Amino acid sequence: MLDFLTAPQSELDALDRKDTRSGFGQGLLEVGHAQNNVVALCADLTGSLKMNAFRDAFPNRFKQAGIAEANMIGVAAGMTIGGLVPFTGTFANFSTGRVYDQIRQSVAYSEKNVKICASHCGLTLGEDGATHQILEDVGMMKMLPNMTVIHTCDYEQTRNATHAVAAHHGPVYFRFGRPKVPVITAADEPFVIGKARRVMTGSDVTLVTNGHIVWNSILAARELASDGISVDLIDMHTIKPLDEAALIESVSRTGCVVSAEEHQRFGGLGESVAACLAAHQPTPQRFVAVEDSFGESGTPAQLLEKYGLGPSAIAKACREAIAVKQGLPA
Amino acid sequence: MSSSPSLSDVCTQVRRDIVRMVHGASSGHPGGSLGCTDFLVKLYFEEMTIDPANWSMDGRGEDLFFLSNGHISPVWYSVLSRRGYFPVEELATFRKLNSRLQGHPATEEGLPGIRVASGSLGQGLSVACGAAQAKKLNGEDRWVYSLHGDGELQEGQIWEAALYASHHKVDNLISFVDWNGQQIDGSVEDVMSLGDLGAKWAAFGWTVLECSGHDLTDLDRAFQKARAAGGQGKPVVVLMRTDMGRGVDFMEGTHKWHGVAPNDDQLASALEQLTSPLADY
Repeated sequence: MLDFLTAPQSELDALDRKDTRSGFGQGLLEVGHAQNNVVALCADLTGSLKMNAFRDAFPNRFKQAGIAEANMIGVAAGMTIGGLVPFTGTFANFSTGRVYDQIRQSVAYSEKNVKICASHCGLTLGEDGATHQILEDVGMMKMLPNMTVIHTCDYEQTRNATHAVAAHHGPVYFRFGRPKVPVITAADEPFVIGKARRVMTGSDVTLVTNGHIVWNSILAARELASDGISVDLIDMHTIKPLDEAALIESVSRTGCVVSAEEHQRFGGLGESVAACLAAHQPTPQRFVAVEDSFGESGTPAQLLEKYGLGPSAIAKACREAIAVKQGLPA
Repeated sequence: MSSSPSLSDVCTQVRRDIVRMVHGASSGHPGGSLGCTDFLVKLYFEEMTIDPANWSMDGRGEDLFFLSNGHISPVWYSVLSRRGYFPVEELATFRKLNSRLQGHPATEEGLPGIRVASGSLGQGLSVACGAAQAKKLNGEDRWVYSLHGDGELQEGQIWEAALYASHHKVDNLISFVDWNGQQIDGSVEDVMSLGDLGAKWAAFGWTVLECSGHDLTDLDRAFQKARAAGGQGKPVVVLMRTDMGRGVDFMEGTHKWHGVAPNDDQLASALEQLTSPLADY
């Protein structure tokens, strides 16, 4: 893969751009071939979730649930009894807030091996607006005992994560998105649940991120490098269980941290980072996240910029964190 | 046990267990438990193909049962223990700290016989649909049974599941409704009428049967008819007429004993009405 810090802009521009949901669709097809106990359910969004290929390859193992998400979660829970591994698919909004009690009682508390696959997360769902742009889902899911929470950054990572999710025994919330974003991970890089991925090694500030914001964080790190600031960039694709060792190791070298995510600050990755560091290694932190507001209609790029999740906002937060570390006014 | 007790003796003993458990915990739900006693005893002692001594979560090769109205846990726990899933002595721990017998059924403590948590209403029919479809996908020719309160049918998820089961031809699923006409705030008719319940299920594509939930002969006929109606592309629902609080005169036919424990005098009065040749826990 590229050295993202030093590669010329033309090489970044030449990166393949694909949507994470298509990585899920391809991964689901592959695990369907590899494991005949994998089944899939979808609530009338088969095309949006890219589950068509699985449906066509395994018609008996695909169940259309209609626009009835609560029932879909319950059916999936029941299917685990007998050893099936069900993957449910709908938008992140309808995968969580709409069905929280069903997930809580029939899946998480009942320790069912259900994979809740959630596309169109966050602001980058775009023009549909705030009714569909859930920014609270990570918080809801990470609060549930027994739940693993994963949020992937590109096509290949999402495809590889689908294999890891299928192999993992236990409920998983698997979050990915709609827009096409640069492919920055290798096709043959295995996805390890709970193991953070270092994107860049640096010494001045730890930048912890995931999902679509990994790309914006790479751009922020390039901007900071031109000012001589070195970023230790961590892709924390698994929010729960958090890779605390990787985080603590990084901040013990950098002395400050920025979290950046496509989610509310309350309940998000940054909050998990802060809780970990407060307990083990108190560290100055700045949060790049949506600040207690709903989204709105717009293009993904416009929305990330307006809600402060763009590269310049991330770079600014890094400079502030470094200033706090140095005892200077932020 | 030298000779096996009659089904009605087991029913009486289960009713003794229920009132003693709820009294012992000073909380719980005796009304619906007493009303579903005959059904659950019949189901577990004569109808289902099960292997209590070798219980497993997956239940491969066995029939499965899901209790969707989880608040009537006392009757389920009693029947499970009397059928050999766990020692009857454990009934004394109902609703107490560190017990496997949680207020509402749960899997976390590993109590044999429980395959999903229930209590928050309306979820069990979906789970039963999924388990029934898994039986089909796994090539198992076995039945999945579920039980629901009539008040519980006010939950929208029930009707999502009803559509799903019909659309997907889940015809190895037999669901029973505890049709006692009572819920916490009063009669179902007053709180939120279900209208023509049989017509509703039929309109959702189910085969609809009715039976008495207390006459063991009528229950036997209903099970046979339900299985005969199964396997033909439609799920089956049995509307089972029951009396809340059945078997204890001062608890019968009223919602007032939905979730109230008897005091010492009331317990003594209830036990006087329930004489069984079996031993208490």
